[in-house]
Amino acid sequence: MSPINRGAAHINATVLANKRVGQYHQIVLGIGDLVKNCRPGNFVAINVGGESSRMILRRAFAISRVAESTSFGGTMELIVAPHGSGSKWLCSQGEGSELDIVAPLGTAFGIPTSPVNALLVGGGYGSAPLFGLAEVLKSRGCKVDMLLGASTGAKIYAPMEGKRSVNSLKIYTEDASMGEAGRVTEPIKLLIEEKSVDVIYSCGPMAMLRAISELTVGTDVVHQCAVEEAMACGIGICMTCVLPVKDEDGGISMLRSCIEGPVMDGAQVQWDLVGQVPEVNL
Amino acid sequence: MTTFDFSTTLGNAFFNTPIFTASGCASSGKELSQFFALKDIGAVVTKSIMNKPRFGRPTPRMAETASGMLNSIGLQGPGIEAFLANDIPWLVEQKSRIIISIAGETVEEYATLARKVRSVAGISAIEVNISCPNVENRGLVFACDPEASRRVIDGVRKTIGGEIPIIAKLSPDVTNLPAIAQGVVESGADALALINTVLGMVINLETMRPHLGGKTGGLSGPAIRPVAVRAIYQVHAAMPSVPILGMGGVSNGRDALELILAGASGVSVGTASFGNPHAVIDIQNELQDLLIAKGFPSLKSAIGYAHREGK
Repeated sequence: MSPINRGAAHINATVLANKRVGQYHQIVLGIGDLVKNCRPGNFVAINVGGESSRMILRRAFAISRVAESTSFGGTMELIVAPHGSGSKWLCSQGEGSELDIVAPLGTAFGIPTSPVNALLVGGGYGSAPLFGLAEVLKSRGCKVDMLLGASTGAKIYAPMEGKRSVNSLKIYTEDASMGEAGRVTEPIKLLIEEKSVDVIYSCGPMAMLRAISELTVGTDVVHQCAVEEAMACGIGICMTCVLPVKDEDGGISMLRSCIEGPVMDGAQVQWDLVGQVPEVNL
Repeated sequence: MTTFDFSTTLGNAFFNTPIFTASGCASSGKELSQFFALKDIGAVVTKSIMNKPRFGRPTPRMAETASGMLNSIGLQGPGIEAFLANDIPWLVEQKSRIIISIAGETVEEYATLARKVRSVAGISAIEVNISCPNVENRGLVFACDPEASRRVIDGVRKTIGGEIPIIAKLSPDVTNLPAIAQGVVESGADALALINTVLGMVINLETMRPHLGGKTGGLSGPAIRPVAVRAIYQVHAAMPSVPILGMGGVSNGRDALELILAGASGVSVGTASFGNPHAVIDIQNELQDLLIAKGFPSLKSAIGYAHREGK
């Protein structure tokens, strides 16, 4: 056996709940004991469109959080934006529908062994997996501050119950419709200078992840980011979702964001080379 | 029922079952081993490996299309030395049958690769990929040029004595496929792999430019299955004694049977694994059930059945 995706299984999961939350859908799936293998940062790949679908590829979604209850067993929550035909189909699935899923996939956020000051930064619905992460960090005694940003207030995802798992939550919108006006990355520089953050966890658009990585250059702050690249398979066989990442010996490798991510070390990702082919000097 | 013979051969290579992974759609096998035992399928066909490490093409490398997808990977890989040192021993340990796929930029590179593969134990066959569409220069698609195809296979044949069969992988993007197939068989190919992806393009309506980083890509998935069936049927009609490893949009047992009836001795499953990590083993089980249900005593008795006269 190979260690890749060792905790993953390909199962049918039942939709236990599907409700609209602002511009998003909160979908809860019954996944039984598989919940024990899920860690914050992992994702799920879901078949969309049903039997005769012309959409042949799975859609990948960050796992927002998992829970175990006596009435439903293990459950997995997803926050889905109905953008394309696949996610629209998913958002139209009612309670009781069966979904063909593969989970949990990919790397997870690293959890520090001793309490640290953690800053969680989410862009748009990229905030979804951060609330599950916040709960874990809190239980380890970390101080958890959260910054959420989006172009407009309707695109902020911040559930009431999620706010309990953070010490502070600040919201930034570019159109000033919610929270403060501006970008979510703006206060980070000062927080780093004040030495009030040890680890940054981020999830959101690539431009935001890149901006945070640039702010941490030359500092001791660790930046764990969950990247987003178009992927066909989600399990490491198609080679479409690669990103240029610096390896131990200083060379650059094209790593698969599905199995060597989605959580990557922001300092190692070669952001300026994304979408290019690095010079071959091997 | 238990006497059903599911085995197949490609040249002098014997396989217990006829369903294989497709080159470039199973990486080197580790990733799929989480979902089924690799020894239970006919063989793992590895990604096409080149002599030197290679980054491949820029992202975006993928675009989903109606019942298909375009890919533009460009043969990213670690190079043959690292591949033989790291990936092949692991596959051997899994008791998987292995078909190693090679790709080169020159006739000489193919011969060099063949020489390196020849010295490795545990390889059932060598697939010579002369039809990858994702190279910088379309002139490098050997399989679009009858003379270049012959030269590559000739060079590999001179290196590989006859220890393992040579499977030439051809492109459907040609006017006269049987003529190209004939040429590579005359040069020493023992079997043919049909078909590689079909060259295509998607234009992104937001940027209004080609969507893929490499501009063009290879179309795969159910959308191209009829092209594969046609190609296999034509080549089998022209050379019924040459074994064909068929591939192109197979996503269930019925699709696999279609390729077998057209003339394939074995079937590779590629893009279907992206949507269903169990696709290879599921399709293999479905195909066996279907062949038995149709009354075939063996897989071999179904190969090329569509060519037979009468009912």
